[in-house]
Amino acid sequence: MWKNVYEWLDERLGLNDLYKNLLDRPEPKGNWWNTLGSAALFLFILQGVTGIFLTVYYTPSPDHAYDSINYIMNGVAFGWLIRGIHHWGATLMVVVVFIHMLRVFVTASFKYPRELTWLIGIGLFLVTLGMGFTGYLLPWNQQSYWATTVGTQIAGSVPFIGDFILKVLRGGSDLSALTLQRFFSAHIWMLPAALAGLIGVHLYLIIKHGESNFPSKED
Amino acid sequence: MSDEGHTGRNEISRRDFIKVTTGIVGGVIGLAVGVPAIAYLLDPAFKSGAKEAWIPIGKFADMQIGQPYAFSFTRVQVNGWERTSTSHGGFVIRKSDNPTDTVIFNSRCTHLGCTVNWKADAQAFICPCHDGKFGINGKVLGGPPPRPLDQFTDFRVTQDGVLEIYYKES
Repeated sequence: MWKNVYEWLDERLGLNDLYKNLLDRPEPKGNWWNTLGSAALFLFILQGVTGIFLTVYYTPSPDHAYDSINYIMNGVAFGWLIRGIHHWGATLMVVVVFIHMLRVFVTASFKYPRELTWLIGIGLFLVTLGMGFTGYLLPWNQQSYWATTVGTQIAGSVPFIGDFILKVLRGGSDLSALTLQRFFSAHIWMLPAALAGLIGVHLYLIIKHGESNFPSKED
Repeated sequence: MSDEGHTGRNEISRRDFIKVTTGIVGGVIGLAVGVPAIAYLLDPAFKSGAKEAWIPIGKFADMQIGQPYAFSFTRVQVNGWERTSTSHGGFVIRKSDNPTDTVIFNSRCTHLGCTVNWKADAQAFICPCHDGKFGINGKVLGGPPPRPLDQFTDFRVTQDGVLEIYYKES
């Protein structure tokens, strides 16, 4: 019976083709360093899921942000686990994306025809850092408040347009409720949307070109 | 792939082993995150609001017969990180030595909810807002209130001689 259901679906959705092209692709000789991209993708999904769950209780307002996180950590069943995964997953994602990038660089996988994959990867790395930067403010504790004060000041040190950039980032000249709100918006809508779109193109390019062989001694 | 030739039928191929392992590890991770996530979502539904409690009013011995004894207490309602506190008050009137022969009024005026005060010279509870007037038995003597003062009907005297009332959020 299930076989018939599957065949009916497969005829219309092309599940077998999807499986073959996405998960059963031919690979060059296996190497654990080649799994870092998949690890980064997994972390992105994990961060997305735990992040969505955190918004059930989190409030992006200076009055309640700290208290709501306190409540997630102490008042909600498994709140500590969901936030813990999101917290450590964020750090891990930056590390994994960076090592992934390093591996691509060292094995020269960015060369023709994969230059665009590399360029988009740079974008992905920067947006990942942006996710880390915006997410850091959201607990609204002393550490995050002053880290963002300093971080936006660094952005403000750009010659000529620095002051303008600082005001855009903070939503005014001071760190305020507006800063928290726009960091929240960037953290849960804009940057994830950018990440998801870039990941889509990145994956398409990888499937189209296949993975590069490890360079041999002669290369 | 070449070793498929000399593997027995009962042995599992390397590819299948990887597939099964991936499935199992993925399932375990999914469960480890998924089950707590559901508990996390449903958590508020399992919390009791604690909207009722026994509230100590004062030493029963301090309350004189025939003399209204004023008391007040505060209830704090906690919803997540939000705390709402509401003040309540009332008067205890003992009619005789028998502890059960006691009436406890809520000092909230039945008209618009201001707090009434006991005026000894008028022998009445007077509401400062619209001059509502209640007798020592709680009955309306004058002014706009539509019904007598509300009562706390559930009360007890503990072994330590403390009068407690049972408060229930309406």
